[in-house]
Amino acid sequence: MAFPHRPDAPELPDFSMLKRLARDQLIYLLEQLPGKKDLFIEADLMSPLDRIANVSILKQHEVDKLYKVENKPALSSNEQLCFLVRPRIKNMRYIASLVNSDKLAGRTRKYKVIFSPQKFYACEMVLEEEGIYGDVSCDEWAFSLLPLDVDLLSMELPEFFRDYFLEGDQRWINTVAQALHLLSTLYGPFPNCYGIGRCAKMAYELWRNLEEEEDGETKGRRPEIGHIFLLDRDVDFVTALCSQVVYEGLVDDTFRIKCGSVDFGPEVTSSDKSLKVLLNAEDKVFNEIRNEHFSNVFGFLSQKARNLQAQYDRRRGMDIKQMKNFVSQELKGLKQEHRLLSLHIGACESIMKKKTKQDFQELIKTEHALLEGFNIRESTSYIEEHIDRQVSPIESLRLMCLLSITENGDARCSLDTHYGPEHLLTFSNLRRAGLLTEQAPGDTLTAVESKVSKLVTDKAAGKITDAFSSLAKRSNFRAISKKLNLIPRVDGEYDLKVPRDMAYVFSGAYVPLSCRIIEQVLERRSWQGLDEVVRLLNCSDFAFTDMTKEDKASSESLRLILVVFLGGCTFSEISALRFLGREKGKREFIFLTTAVTNSARLMEAMSEVKA
Amino acid sequence: MDCYTANWNPLGDSAFYRKYELYSMDWDLKEELRDCLVAAAPYGGPIALLRNPWRKEKAASMRPVLDIYSASGMPLASLLWKSGPVVSLGWSAEEELLCVQEDGAVLVYGLHGDFRRHFSMGNEVLQNRVLDARIFHTEFGSGVAILTGAHRFTLSANVGDLKLRRMPEVPGLQSAPSCWTALCQDRVAHILLAVGPDLYLLDHAACSAVTPPGLAPGVSSFLQMAVSFTYRHLALFTDTGYIWMGTASLKEKLCEFNCNIRAPPKQMVWCSRPRSKERAVVVAWERRLMVVGDAPESIQFVLDEDSYLVPELDGVRIFSRSTHEFLHEVPVASEEIFKIASMAPGALLLEAQKEYEKESQKADEYLREIQELGQLTQAVQQCIEAAGHEHQPDMQKSLLRAASFGKCFLDRFPPDSFVHMCQDLRVLNAVRDYHIGIPLTYSQYKQLTIQVLLDRLVLRRLYPLAIQICEYLRLPEVQGVSRILAHWACYKVQQKDVSDEDVARAINQKLGDTPGVSYSDIAARAYGCGRTELAIKLLEYEPRSGEQVPLLLKMKRSKLALSKAIESGDTDLVFTVLLHLKNELNRGDFFMTLRNQPMALSLYRQFCKHQELETLKDLYNQDDNHQELGSFHIRASYAAEERIEGRVAALQTAADAFYKAKNEFAAKATEDQMRLLRLQRRLEDELGGQFLDLSLHDTVTTLILGGHNKRAEQLARDFRIPDKRLWWLKLTALADLEDWEELEKFSKSKKSPIGYLPFVEICMKQHNKYEAKKYASRVGPEQKVKALLLVGDVAQAADVAIEHRNEAELSLVLSHCTGATDGATADKIQRARAQAQKK
Repeated sequence: MAFPHRPDAPELPDFSMLKRLARDQLIYLLEQLPGKKDLFIEADLMSPLDRIANVSILKQHEVDKLYKVENKPALSSNEQLCFLVRPRIKNMRYIASLVNSDKLAGRTRKYKVIFSPQKFYACEMVLEEEGIYGDVSCDEWAFSLLPLDVDLLSMELPEFFRDYFLEGDQRWINTVAQALHLLSTLYGPFPNCYGIGRCAKMAYELWRNLEEEEDGETKGRRPEIGHIFLLDRDVDFVTALCSQVVYEGLVDDTFRIKCGSVDFGPEVTSSDKSLKVLLNAEDKVFNEIRNEHFSNVFGFLSQKARNLQAQYDRRRGMDIKQMKNFVSQELKGLKQEHRLLSLHIGACESIMKKKTKQDFQELIKTEHALLEGFNIRESTSYIEEHIDRQVSPIESLRLMCLLSITENGDARCSLDTHYGPEHLLTFSNLRRAGLLTEQAPGDTLTAVESKVSKLVTDKAAGKITDAFSSLAKRSNFRAISKKLNLIPRVDGEYDLKVPRDMAYVFSGAYVPLSCRIIEQVLERRSWQGLDEVVRLLNCSDFAFTDMTKEDKASSESLRLILVVFLGGCTFSEISALRFLGREKGKREFIFLTTAVTNSARLMEAMSEVKA
Repeated sequence: MDCYTANWNPLGDSAFYRKYELYSMDWDLKEELRDCLVAAAPYGGPIALLRNPWRKEKAASMRPVLDIYSASGMPLASLLWKSGPVVSLGWSAEEELLCVQEDGAVLVYGLHGDFRRHFSMGNEVLQNRVLDARIFHTEFGSGVAILTGAHRFTLSANVGDLKLRRMPEVPGLQSAPSCWTALCQDRVAHILLAVGPDLYLLDHAACSAVTPPGLAPGVSSFLQMAVSFTYRHLALFTDTGYIWMGTASLKEKLCEFNCNIRAPPKQMVWCSRPRSKERAVVVAWERRLMVVGDAPESIQFVLDEDSYLVPELDGVRIFSRSTHEFLHEVPVASEEIFKIASMAPGALLLEAQKEYEKESQKADEYLREIQELGQLTQAVQQCIEAAGHEHQPDMQKSLLRAASFGKCFLDRFPPDSFVHMCQDLRVLNAVRDYHIGIPLTYSQYKQLTIQVLLDRLVLRRLYPLAIQICEYLRLPEVQGVSRILAHWACYKVQQKDVSDEDVARAINQKLGDTPGVSYSDIAARAYGCGRTELAIKLLEYEPRSGEQVPLLLKMKRSKLALSKAIESGDTDLVFTVLLHLKNELNRGDFFMTLRNQPMALSLYRQFCKHQELETLKDLYNQDDNHQELGSFHIRASYAAEERIEGRVAALQTAADAFYKAKNEFAAKATEDQMRLLRLQRRLEDELGGQFLDLSLHDTVTTLILGGHNKRAEQLARDFRIPDKRLWWLKLTALADLEDWEELEKFSKSKKSPIGYLPFVEICMKQHNKYEAKKYASRVGPEQKVKALLLVGDVAQAADVAIEHRNEAELSLVLSHCTGATDGATADKIQRARAQAQKK
């Protein structure tokens, strides 16, 4: 069931333009500081930067040495220092300490701070408070969209999730709006827009404002992408919490794909060193198995190995000329394929080893039971045992959240802080973000609310209720699941080799909620008939559609759909939608996400750790 | 028509000069022009008169009056002069009136007599007084040159960006020069002055003597000098009545003329057309006007009245009490067409068209004549061009009609030039109108550009005309209509007699949602006029909230600014306002404001978390947010505090807060943590090693690993660790220690709450099959098969499974059967299955 390129698929827009744009802008900024300079890069930005401009390009523009921004005094002796950072206060303090120690030593150097993707006033203010605002020059590198693959754009902003969904900090929304604006200037306006979620709505409105302010530019351009769908992560936490069983997702869960590449350790490469491998559509072997259910991957790989062997075997019985031809033309490709194949086989083995050790089957079974809502007691005791064994706090937290959401806050297992005091805060974070609900917290809240509304005016009360609503978010997963038919009725064994629906990404047990919503809305071209679902999702005010004139959009462009995940998306969701696109009317999905995420990242983002 | 060339005067063989009336002036001048300081702006600009200048001394007590008129003599402004004596007046390129006072102060007035600003020409000028001053135009803007009482020059090349330059001294200069002028060459301003028979050129570095080439001998003094509009040519008038004309660089002589009048002329200006070879200078005496050029004869006019000359790009304007005239060289196209007995194609075409109107067949003859020569295109072009240079609409029309007639006989004549000329003439005729009074010629208009013309109309507050022109020319809204409307609105807000509501409504009605109009700019103007309420009303119309905020802050409407900033969704903007508010309000009010704006609050919290922890605490305190306060102290207990006492204290505060928040669970957990901390401290003291900051679980594990089983159990009891967890914990710890003996003892201490399968698993993990087997036998029946499989006893597992008759177990065992070794077992299972099915 590999997804080879389909002849009937619409052509994807060329996203490499985004890379070129970012690179040119970075070079321009570096050239603003002529002469030799040392570049300090924030750790988070290293991998994305590597995808845009490698070391040799940086050297060409007179970058002398590269340093990591970390809490250590820098040993740079260069007269010009350039900092490439995210707009975070902690970075500002680092820079300030560096500049101030130079000042104490009576040293004057040139400092330049490049903020990516944009600078925040708060950062400038910290620089000012530290008394170095006049000593540094600030610039912005508006690098907000990194094409990780032909159909996947990432903003590489993992902090978006915590900042927005936990802290209620809305500053990244503007960044999202600007990224969308950039896309619409490059690839034409989007004739059909849909969205769900508070953040999606805000981002959409900001984006619209930007377009209005600068209208004229996009007008008259033919749209290349016919639909855009914005979706908040908190609309569907469940899917993100599940263990992934599609190959790409599994690789992400096991080895952590970082910025489109993965470090395969010695156990995979079967040599003594690790190897960094780029995982995208260019890797032919990977491209064929990335969306496959893991149970098929081994079979596929061994088939592939046999084919490869057969091709190698063709050598025999060749005459000199054919041999020459073979060596010069095919051998290289075969060697390459060979290398990739052995890597992925190694990865599979390693995954198998890890998964069997922790009794992966049991885990999956419990997850499915939770999703389907049967054998709750058994699942609960499994989770309890999981906690008792203290295998991994993150994993336990994940299961607890899954239980809590699917059972609508009816978490019967006792919360436990025996992991350490900081996890008390983690629990409160999870609760605030709506990932974890204790028994009947809704009642107390409504009581508070009613008291409050008596005290203050209606308007203020509305606002407070708004503020509370995120706290009081009650999951109605079971009802939604029923409404949207998320648990497919299976007669007999679900054939994972020939999937029937998107449920295959979870072994046929569950259709990802986010993907189902997208499917339903696109089918109806509106939210009509989904009122009940939207209400259950607590998103009544935040589901929107906006259609402009259809006549301009070509039928080709209408087959392209950009899905924007605010707060991150998982590889399983990507695989599911890729499948949907292929299955339903020859469409193609393009993904824009604030970051690629998975259950572990989600939990880590919510955890309080000792600094 | 016959007498059309009646006002043409030949100068030499090749050029004609004509003078025609622009307006008959109906200004009611009480004084003679000669009694006033006069300044007229080029490009048909306004005229300023300052009556009763001080040099007359006769009525020193009377305050002089400054009048400003349009070129047609319509009064624009009149004001009593209350400042010091004025030496010179001049108009800047932006049509601002510069009045140079004797003390070196320069006062700047607008077209409507509104005072704009003033600047000084420096201390040296102040001390030595101003003898004479010139306002001149450069490519940067307008400059001022001053001759002081000490016979030194000071100049600024651009009054918009004032940089004073004091010119070097002229050696041996004892008295004022007989005449001088500012020259502008190669983007640098110079001064050329005449002292007796000598000429000096002053640049900012040096003073050099210069001699004009080919100057006739016998000159003892220069009486007047004139620089052309473009600073390219220079004319000198000597005391012998001799006029030298040459390039301004003084490198080349063009021509000379001797007029035999020794009286110093009142004014001398150049009169030449761009791209024309003819050079001519207009010299004016009290009652005589003379045009001299490269010809033995000059053209002479009699002046009935006191007149004033204004040099223009392509001619000279001459105005007096009663009339305003324009003198210029007749352009080539007009000359070709209207010259007597001209056979130029344009002339023939005009003739043909006239005959055609008379329905005479002669029209055909003329046309044929042109066409035979193949000059019809040229003829049409000539007519179009000539139309542009005509002042009278009638004449413009007949020329354009001729052009249009000629066009009919041409296959492919691009219509642009004709259409544009019609449009341009329409605009020109409109602004030349008596009421508007901007007598621009076509060449001046092209030089000035439509944008500048619109600006000048706006400056004269002729908004409707400007808008009509924009609409007529179909200019893009942003450049045209909306710009003008914005200017109009800015003017409107200054009308103090109209109420705020009316102004705001009027502005909104006119402007609506016109693109490119910035309501915030207009509001800023309103605020500048002291109308804060109006400014706020206007800001309501501003669609971009981001634009509203800075002004609202400036007007001290910070709370409004905050809600606007939040509306905009721009967090930076919100933050700007927040910091503003923080400084403006006292802490309590500031927090109250935050409280009503959750978005701002969370933003500020984020900032505080990193930068101002104490403020964060205060914020929670003020909100009675005990839950968050508790979390805050918990964080402090491990992040901020170092000493154990401090940490326990922080936890205590946290626990109190949690109690207040009715979060018993968290409070209990916090108290547990306090106990644990104290205990860990004691353990460290008593047992040594590292215990602090371990979680409870890890503490117990560490104790077991260290062999302190008693303590571990005590701890587990104290903290009520559930039995199951304790068993798991002990099991893993003992297996890690490989203390199999102790493990066995432990397993027998009582019935395992977690069963015995985990024992098997853990032992297998440590690769101790022997121990694992011990426990496998104790595993309960439902997990027996699994346990047996774990220790690798497939055969026995199969037996148990068969005994259980459990299909799932059977297949599980089967899946573990590998190769030959388990072949027998596999068969056994298959048989059992078959048997089961039979039943």
